[in-house]
Amino acid sequence: MTKEEIIRPENLVCGKPTLMNDAPMHYCPGCSHGVVHKIIAEVIEEMQMEEKTVGICPVGCAVFAYRYLDVDWQEAAHGRAPAVATAIKRLWPDRLVFTYQGDGDLACIGACETIHALNRGEKITVIFINNAIYGMTGGQMAPTTLVGMKTATCPYGRDVNLHGYPLNMTDLAVNLEGTAYVTRQSVHTVAAIRKAKRAIRKAFENSINGIGSNMVEIVSTCSAGWKTSPVKANKWMEENMFKYYHLGDLKDVGKLKD
Amino acid sequence: MNDEYVLMKGNEAIAHAAIRCGCDGYFGYPITPQSEVLETLSLLKPWETTGMVVLQAESEVAAINMLYGGGGSGKRVMTSSSSPGVALMQEGFSYMAACEIPALIVNVQRGGPGLGTIQPGQCDYYQATIGGGNGDYNVIVLAPNSVQEMADFVDEAFKLAFRYRMPAMILSDGVIGQMMERVKLPEQKPRRTEEEIYAECPWATNGINLKNRKPNFHSSLESDPLLMDKRNEALQAKYAKVKECETRAESVSCEDAEYLLVGFGSMSRIAEEAMHLLRNEGYKVGLFRPITLWPFPERELREAAKNAKGIMVCEMNAGQMINDVRLAVSCQIPCDHYGRMGGIVPDPVEVVEAMKQTTLKR
Ligand SMILES: Cc1ncc(C[n+]2csc(CCOP(=O)(O)OP(=O)(O)O)c2C)c(N)n1
Ligand code: SF4
Ligand SMILES: [Mg+2]
Repeated sequence: MTKEEIIRPENLVCGKPTLMNDAPMHYCPGCSHGVVHKIIAEVIEEMQMEEKTVGICPVGCAVFAYRYLDVDWQEAAHGRAPAVATAIKRLWPDRLVFTYQGDGDLACIGACETIHALNRGEKITVIFINNAIYGMTGGQMAPTTLVGMKTATCPYGRDVNLHGYPLNMTDLAVNLEGTAYVTRQSVHTVAAIRKAKRAIRKAFENSINGIGSNMVEIVSTCSAGWKTSPVKANKWMEENMFKYYHLGDLKDVGKLKD
Repeated sequence: MNDEYVLMKGNEAIAHAAIRCGCDGYFGYPITPQSEVLETLSLLKPWETTGMVVLQAESEVAAINMLYGGGGSGKRVMTSSSSPGVALMQEGFSYMAACEIPALIVNVQRGGPGLGTIQPGQCDYYQATIGGGNGDYNVIVLAPNSVQEMADFVDEAFKLAFRYRMPAMILSDGVIGQMMERVKLPEQKPRRTEEEIYAECPWATNGINLKNRKPNFHSSLESDPLLMDKRNEALQAKYAKVKECETRAESVSCEDAEYLLVGFGSMSRIAEEAMHLLRNEGYKVGLFRPITLWPFPERELREAAKNAKGIMVCEMNAGQMINDVRLAVSCQIPCDHYGRMGGIVPDPVEVVEAMKQTTLKR
């Protein structure tokens, strides 16, 4: 087969969603962010919500998400994305409003906004990229950093006596009455990507249908922050992260309590 | 025309005026002495009439970021708070200024610093006019001195905020917020339709007409210093235009004034009374009241002070606006200050005494 034949539309097994533009991504090789961007773009397109979507990007490595996905975006101050999303969704009730946040953004500086938006049952989706580290600022300890894991600010490993315990925000979200769908996924294999995409689709549909707030955690890699290669990062994630952050749907109620 | 007068508190007038001028959303957190704004809105239930959203936020930090979201999407959104709460909002002011997002923030000031007192104060003048957030930015600041102006400035502030795409603030204080006066409320205006919002705010992030335009985004991050420099220059050019076009002030009996009293907000009412007392004693005293604190009405002040031998600036703080007054007159006219802190509202007689001891000797 020639290259021309291979890229004929009928021979393509997957393509780039049209919502994704050609701007070169700033993410490191093997970073989970890019994969999640792509599946979000696919879901918005499949739902035909292009003209009704507003994304809220965080302060963190995804700060430039608006450069890659051609929908309207607001970049929130560090941690405040759920508050920004709350207002937009309440003021534009038929819009698909989602936040896209890292673990430092969501579980640390923005923990208050995250819990309250979810608990109010804001009809939004929170996409939570948990790479257990502060990627953007160069690999410092995050609230989600595993016990014993080494980062720039816990170079001898996270010590519970010094740094306290990892914060599992998604498990916490399950117990909030405002959440309808809470799930934890990953994007390290094709099968996992397919599952994560189905989860995002379900969360987005809930948001549009006014069913509570929805949280999709993606257990992610940060090879740069973890100071390892992309392949080894995937393996490390499977062996260590999944033990603490269990994959799967954690909550799925069709309707909130009155 | 609506010529019915009603009696209400300044805080209540803000709430009524917000609904009537077609505000789309209020987001706020309770704090004395302004909680009546959220309480009145909650009682009036505008979501059932005009469709206005009212939400008690989890903090002032959340509230200001709700404004960032709502204003960024083209809606007329507002919050109200008092000094410690407004201090918490400063990051949001800076982000909104940077992203050129319009919104209205009402600060019903109390005495500080820290938790301070729930009694009135004017000690957030610096924070409002030179900014408590990071970076080179300004917000438009209007200072009402009556319940009527509390009502009138809501629409006015929204107009300015959208005209210049920047946050606007009503800097009030516990006196104006809490006192009851008669007020003529504005006519009920409808909220804007989606089409009207799109026409007025083509930059807004709401998805409208995305297929026929480039995506909109709000971001204050710029990794290229040259671009950041350009963005700052554009902001400064806008601020220069606001300074040129939007100063507001009131002058009372300044034509023949040999001495000037300068005060804003509730303090201007006290200073005006002091002026009358001094005029009765034969002193040629005028009153100058800045209505916009940023931009500061420098030209108007120079005009009012053209024959003045001395200026007395009265504030409920340790002396903040006095620096803008000095700058406006290029330190050519001696300026004195009379201020009370800690939530004490001065008596006009105190101002008269202070004038006699200092300014009137000049
Ligand atoms: C108020 C404030 N504090 C601190 C920072 C610096 N900062 C930028 S990103 C970040 C952490 C990002 O980590 P995370 O949210 O996990 O995102 P990641 O980069 O890992 O995707 C910090 C601390 C900031 N921009 N603003
Ligand atoms: S630092 Fe980590 S999170 Fe950031 S782009 Fe690189 S791999 Fe991704
Ligand atoms: Mg992270």
